[in-house]
Amino acid sequence: MNILRKIFSGIWTNNPVLILLLGFCPVLAVSTTVIDAIGMSFSALFVLVASNLVISLIRKFTPNKMRIPVFVVIIGSFVTMVDLITYAYFSSLHKSLGVFIPLIVVNCIVFGRAEAFASKNGLLDSLWDGIGMGLGFAFTIVVLAAVREIIGNGTFLGIELFGKSYMPVIIAILPPGAFLTIGLMLGGMNRINIVLNEKKKMKEKAEKEKAKQLKASVANG
Amino acid sequence: MVKLIILAIDSMLISNIILMKFLGICAYVGVSKKQDTATGMGFAVIFVMVMATLISFFIQKGILEPLNLVYLQTIVFILVIAALVQMLEVTMKKIAPALFDAFGIYLPLITTNCTILGVALLAIQKNFDFIEALVFAFSTGIGYLIAIYIFAGIRERLEWSDIPKPFKGAAIGIITAGLLSLAFFGFNGLVKL
Repeated sequence: MNILRKIFSGIWTNNPVLILLLGFCPVLAVSTTVIDAIGMSFSALFVLVASNLVISLIRKFTPNKMRIPVFVVIIGSFVTMVDLITYAYFSSLHKSLGVFIPLIVVNCIVFGRAEAFASKNGLLDSLWDGIGMGLGFAFTIVVLAAVREIIGNGTFLGIELFGKSYMPVIIAILPPGAFLTIGLMLGGMNRINIVLNEKKKMKEKAEKEKAKQLKASVANG
Repeated sequence: MVKLIILAIDSMLISNIILMKFLGICAYVGVSKKQDTATGMGFAVIFVMVMATLISFFIQKGILEPLNLVYLQTIVFILVIAALVQMLEVTMKKIAPALFDAFGIYLPLITTNCTILGVALLAIQKNFDFIEALVFAFSTGIGYLIAIYIFAGIRERLEWSDIPKPFKGAAIGIITAGLLSLAFFGFNGLVKL
């Protein structure tokens, strides 16, 4: 239950990209096709989980003043591993992700979780936090890529969806389209949260009134 | 010479680092609420970008390549940039306090700004020689300054306009950046690299 709640928090209530506004660069740059987005998600998820684990393991012997260089080296080593592994086994993915694999090192999500969570919490909690945050990042980037690929290219995972007569709206896969789509996603998410909050408030209000009426009727009767 | 000018125009306008290559968006959205802070950040970025690209260029050609250590690139570069920023902060405080007051507060932010590491890596990936790397870093920095200055100007006006509630804050900011990016798309085809 607790684990599920943590993962849900990463995907929705504390979504690293849409709510915390961290790590926009890879999300916008690598979301032209769903395949690239999935590749990026796995790389980021791996680095996030692995660095969270190691940082949580050594949190008791890291001197407080030296913690930032230590974190940088740990995160950097995992990023280098991802870089070399993708270069060896998935070279076309490595080519299309390009400079964004080494740039995971300065991704605010990875660094932020190391600093704010893993350096203060136990091993298991850090593991689930890393998975939750990684899935939140993956969710955002894959949804964005799906929208952009379907609208801008008429395909999903490379499969043609609408037949030959479809005229792709190329702007969606061009750089401006990334900004516009994620802006609309942000707005949509805010709207959903506003509506949900209002509903919650209405429900609470209704319950309070019910309790009041009950009290009044008990007092009268 | 012509090639260098073309490279400069390309990295300043056509493949603008923020609006076309999506590097450094976090700081772009974060520090662009006012035009003064945006200018301060822009100049700080230009300065650090040129220094970091030159130093990482020498490290790559002088140390990593002869010793076959290219796989350590990512770690070495990020550490060098972090150390460089720290050193700049200390020296600037001592030698040029006025300059430090103007953009000292932006320096720590720059360490995690992916534009700096990104440009250092791109300069190596694109096989630039020393002069080209210098021009590339400097004009990319100018491109950053242009983009963030225009964006901050628009955002100052957005404060006073009537925006639907869900779009307040970051959402409208990102959409504005999208329109700006669309405008910059007009430079496409101005020169061919």
